[in-house]
Amino acid sequence: MRKITKYVIIDILKNKIVIGYTFLLLVLSFSVLSLEDNSAKAVLTLLNIILIMVPLVNILFASVYVYNSAEFMELMASQPLKRKQIWFSVYLGLSISLSIAFLLGVGVPVLLYAASITGYTLILVGLLLSLIFVSIAMFAVVRIRDKAKGIGMAILLWLYFALLFDGLVLFILFQFEDYPLEKAMVALSLLNPVDIGRIMVLIKTDASMLMGYTGAIFRNFFGATNGQLITSLVLLAWIIIPFWLSSIKFRKKDL
Amino acid sequence: MISSKHINKKFGRLKVLMDVTTDCNENECIALIGPNGSGKTTLIKSILGMVVPDSGTITVNGQNISKSYRYREQIGYMPQIGRYPDNMTIGHIFDMMIDLRRKEGKVLDEALMEGFALKSMFDKRMRTLSGGTRQKVSAALAFLFDPQALILDEPTAGLDPISSEILKEKILEEKAKGKLIIITSHILSELDDLVTHVIYMQGGKLQFKKEIEALREETGFYKLSKAIASLVTTNS
Repeated sequence: MRKITKYVIIDILKNKIVIGYTFLLLVLSFSVLSLEDNSAKAVLTLLNIILIMVPLVNILFASVYVYNSAEFMELMASQPLKRKQIWFSVYLGLSISLSIAFLLGVGVPVLLYAASITGYTLILVGLLLSLIFVSIAMFAVVRIRDKAKGIGMAILLWLYFALLFDGLVLFILFQFEDYPLEKAMVALSLLNPVDIGRIMVLIKTDASMLMGYTGAIFRNFFGATNGQLITSLVLLAWIIIPFWLSSIKFRKKDL
Repeated sequence: MISSKHINKKFGRLKVLMDVTTDCNENECIALIGPNGSGKTTLIKSILGMVVPDSGTITVNGQNISKSYRYREQIGYMPQIGRYPDNMTIGHIFDMMIDLRRKEGKVLDEALMEGFALKSMFDKRMRTLSGGTRQKVSAALAFLFDPQALILDEPTAGLDPISSEILKEKILEEKAKGKLIIITSHILSELDDLVTHVIYMQGGKLQFKKEIEALREETGFYKLSKAIASLVTTNS
């Protein structure tokens, strides 16, 4: 398995899109961090960019890559190798190389300019989101044979997690504003890894003081050990479950 | 060595394989023939585990393949259309396969690699190759690990006459070693002096498996193409 992963990583790291992604992140991080004097503020600006870009690039690149390596997987499937191993190697290869790109593009500048607990949390969130969205991409792609449909599906999923979900939450919030919704909001936000990431970074900054009563509830939940344990488990579940489901499907797939 | 029992497979509503039962053993060189879309490639892909049958069992050396993957060490497969990662070079492909598949102490069979002069093209990317060169790569890979069984799906389609002769010589050589060889082809004339058995498929059903001598006696034709043609017309 390690061997297949190695070949996938070599293949991806040579890919121009991944190199471009790394440079784009690097330029964005350096410019944001050097333009802003207050490093906490800079990290928040960077957070907003990362929460849009990382899921988009990861889900799109991963789904296009899986479609383009159909030949590779077919070749591997006719060799004495386990299907499960082939699929997991592709996942590992994608997430390792995209994580490396993220670490170079955001990790290095943040460590240089904003080495604080907020900065570290930002790096952690970016890495977790990379792993999660590769996993979601593989979940979407394994059941759709048509490349155009599959990539369309990936874009829709990104749109849902990045924009639609928040709209839905706002809608619920306004419809039921007469009821105490703070606890329900915590539960709802766990349904979207992007939101979890945003909250994880926000409560590490002073800005969380300004978020009122809901902010306090969030701080209580996400700041406490129990809450942190639960959020870590939920994020882990967001990595494992979509991949696991896709792996079951791939084992029985006709190539 | 390879046996299938009551294999059924549907793609959507289309029945591709219907109750296919057959045994293929060592020392047999089998021609798997039938019209386009008769299920030959699907049967081969089922044996390799690339297509999962809806029902039925396939065993290789007595081992049920649905729970195993190691049995593929014993099979060399040459696909009908060799599809390889575009940005790898021929050399990369060979290095990778050797890296993944080579067993300790086993000697690689590089005869075809040399016969087709592939080494001189090692730095060419797969994307730039012609169909024929891809076929050569597929063929060389199928024979490289000296497997017990060879499954060749349209091996000579797209090969130039000289290369196809080299490949045929190689097949004869492996046949003499007592290996099981399964070949599908539409060019029956080139199978005449290769095969010992014939499996005929039509519409997803396996019509018959016969020794070629028996087939020749039954129909009175030496040429495989004529023998098959006479059988098919008398059947229908």
